[in-house]
Amino acid sequence: MATKAKGKASGKKSSETRLIPIYIMGKKYEVPETLTILTAMEYAGYRHIRGCGCRGGICGACATVYRLSGEYRLKFGLACQTVVAPDMYLAQIPFVPANKAIYDIEKLTPDINSIGRIYPDLYRCLACNTCSKACPMGISVMDYVQALLKGDIAGCARLSHSCTMCGICALRCPAELQQFHMAMLARRLYGRYLQPRARHLEKRVKQIKEGKFDSMMDAIMSLNNHELKRRYARREWEPESYENPDWQPEETKYLILD
Amino acid sequence: MLTKESKMAEGQAIGYPPGLKELIQAVEHTRPERLARVKANQHFPRLTRKEGEKVLKSYHPDYKPGGRRKLRVGANKSEILANEVADLLESYSRIDPDAFDDRLKKPDYETDVLILGGGGAGAVAALFARQNGLRVVIATKLRHGDSNTVMAEGGIQAADRPFDSPYHHYLDTMGGGHFTNNPYLVKALTMDAPLIIRWLEDLGVMFDKDKAGNMIELKGGGICRRRMHSSADMIGAEIMRVQRDEIRNHPKEIQVLEFSPAVELLIDETKAVSGAILYNLETREYSVVKARAVIMATGGFGRLHIQGFPTTNHYGATGDGLVLAYRAGVPLVNMRYAQYHPTGTVFPEQNFGLLITEKVRTLGAQFINMHGQEFAHPLEPRDVASSCIIRECMERNGRIVTPTGHYGVWLDTPMIDLLWGKGTVEKELSAKYLQFKRYGIDISTEPIIVYPTLHYQNGGLEINEWGATRVPGLFAAGEVTGGIHGDNRLMGNSLLDIHVFGRRVGIKVSEFIKARKKGKRLSLSHLRSYHADLRKTGVKTKRVAPILLPDYVHRSAPACPHKF
Repeated sequence: MATKAKGKASGKKSSETRLIPIYIMGKKYEVPETLTILTAMEYAGYRHIRGCGCRGGICGACATVYRLSGEYRLKFGLACQTVVAPDMYLAQIPFVPANKAIYDIEKLTPDINSIGRIYPDLYRCLACNTCSKACPMGISVMDYVQALLKGDIAGCARLSHSCTMCGICALRCPAELQQFHMAMLARRLYGRYLQPRARHLEKRVKQIKEGKFDSMMDAIMSLNNHELKRRYARREWEPESYENPDWQPEETKYLILD
Repeated sequence: MLTKESKMAEGQAIGYPPGLKELIQAVEHTRPERLARVKANQHFPRLTRKEGEKVLKSYHPDYKPGGRRKLRVGANKSEILANEVADLLESYSRIDPDAFDDRLKKPDYETDVLILGGGGAGAVAALFARQNGLRVVIATKLRHGDSNTVMAEGGIQAADRPFDSPYHHYLDTMGGGHFTNNPYLVKALTMDAPLIIRWLEDLGVMFDKDKAGNMIELKGGGICRRRMHSSADMIGAEIMRVQRDEIRNHPKEIQVLEFSPAVELLIDETKAVSGAILYNLETREYSVVKARAVIMATGGFGRLHIQGFPTTNHYGATGDGLVLAYRAGVPLVNMRYAQYHPTGTVFPEQNFGLLITEKVRTLGAQFINMHGQEFAHPLEPRDVASSCIIRECMERNGRIVTPTGHYGVWLDTPMIDLLWGKGTVEKELSAKYLQFKRYGIDISTEPIIVYPTLHYQNGGLEINEWGATRVPGLFAAGEVTGGIHGDNRLMGNSLLDIHVFGRRVGIKVSEFIKARKKGKRLSLSHLRSYHADLRKTGVKTKRVAPILLPDYVHRSAPACPHKF
């Protein structure tokens, strides 16, 4: 959603770009055919408040619903990533009502019962695939819901990874599931419990807490600028792993090795 | 991680036009030879520090003269700053302080901590403040989570592998910043880093790991060890949605006010910051929040379009926190050089200025000119890499020109699958892959055209290693602050800094509040004196700040500094 800005709609015409008619909430505007829905609305005179976020296709603020001239199908896209088309009828979806459940991630177990208890609507899935057809990110929403029903939390986490949480799936679902919140919970359970913990990280945290790097840091902080620049210039470069996976550093003075 | 045919953009002709397709042949022609060299560990040589400084001085947008002026008011008076920043600071308030005399006596909200900004720094500060027993109000301009955090693609640094240490991380960070960083902030940044990754693991963030759970880590520009933790190419979005989810698990202690940016800070009779005035963008009403401490976490200034550059930043990145805190007396540091990310999208124009993550070069994509030749090491620090691209386009006749007259160079992404195996681009760069696929470009087989784009503020509010400013009651974390990165930030250090300093602020603020005397009267006296200063120094303007949202009404083309 946006508020209409003051001033007349008289955008500068560029000689190369053709203007085409689009209908923003039923009202006709002529806009350059190269613009996205987001920038075409601005060109038409709108100053976005809702319906605009990162402008780069990842935040999910600008989900938009539209129909093209002569087509029966209702389509969905992110306004910042969808180019306008002639006689496009569009409206932005400013907000999707959904109930995120409240839970303590530390007390959950990574299994289907956790998710089914928190979001019992999961079991209402009709496997109709309407959600997948609507997803502006091209995620197979139904497949991740079905993965959950089979107890495959890891599968759900992986399939839903590029979710922007715009909520269009939940809005379209005839069985009224709140898919995007279930997937959020699945990804957190996967990240916390199912992916194995990084043991090298745990070890490093312990070393830092025990003060094993303190003298090293004191030493580098006490260097004068000249010496610091010299060490910077002489850093030893680790190769990329595709070059030499078995690399060992020559200088080990500033490392803690077993 | 996409499982089916990506959705196409609706209108418009798709893919590279014939002219550009023809130019791609030169890139394809040299590719086998370049691939063989990389496999033999032969790279384009890195510039020495002196060579790097030379190219910066001649080509970096902020090293050249012009586009800047002397600031006339406040703690940084007489300092030379970008015109856009000087405009912001030499502005009057959106409100008339006299109109609020009565309102300030009856605050609409009272809380322990008020956090301004709903991005990563604000979220981390809120979670730690809550853990320390405080009640929190987060006020944010757009939706909770709308921020530059959500747009971070490449990774987050932490020295947690055996062949790496905080010592090397410190050295890389100081050198990347041209040794202008505050060493105490860099020590905090590098020593806290592994702790932060561990905390994120606990929250349930999905990192890229091998089967045994080891982090898969890559390098970045100017970074001597593999230290970049990632989640495909959307680590920022992954972290932000987890943190937002966690905050929503504590609605009693953390209240979030969306579409409610701060327009002014409030102080009490002891001159300590004690709240803020918020503006509801939808109802157009003001509200008064009284708090025992305020945390500034409003992010950066990309949407001010410094030097006329396009930006990778989100819609709300208008530098609000800079001017609010500056009026309250907080000095700015390291504000001279903004960060222009080397690889902003040039084609398709619909994505003009959007970020192409540095991870693309970490995985092996090279900078190639029109003639098919590589012209810079892929992983120079960002300011140096950007300057090399501008030089190639302006002076060396290596530029590509798009049908709409924009300049750029090739970023040879097909190298990635050739080095790491087919399918790597689609898996490791899934969001980028989709973004181009929508316009009929397959970045696993076709290169991308790039040019520098305004990316990061680098400097900002002066803080100490606990995120405290000079003004009692006012803390700060994230992109709004300065000194951590010096004059140039490295990849993966901003996602890290919002966590390190968000956490530190969240902890410190509870100590501050326990010791703080209760203020009696809210006031805008600092604003009155700032206005008086503006008038005294002869700043004649009708400008008001913060601007809250950029004005793109009736615009037909994106911002662009170098178009011929």
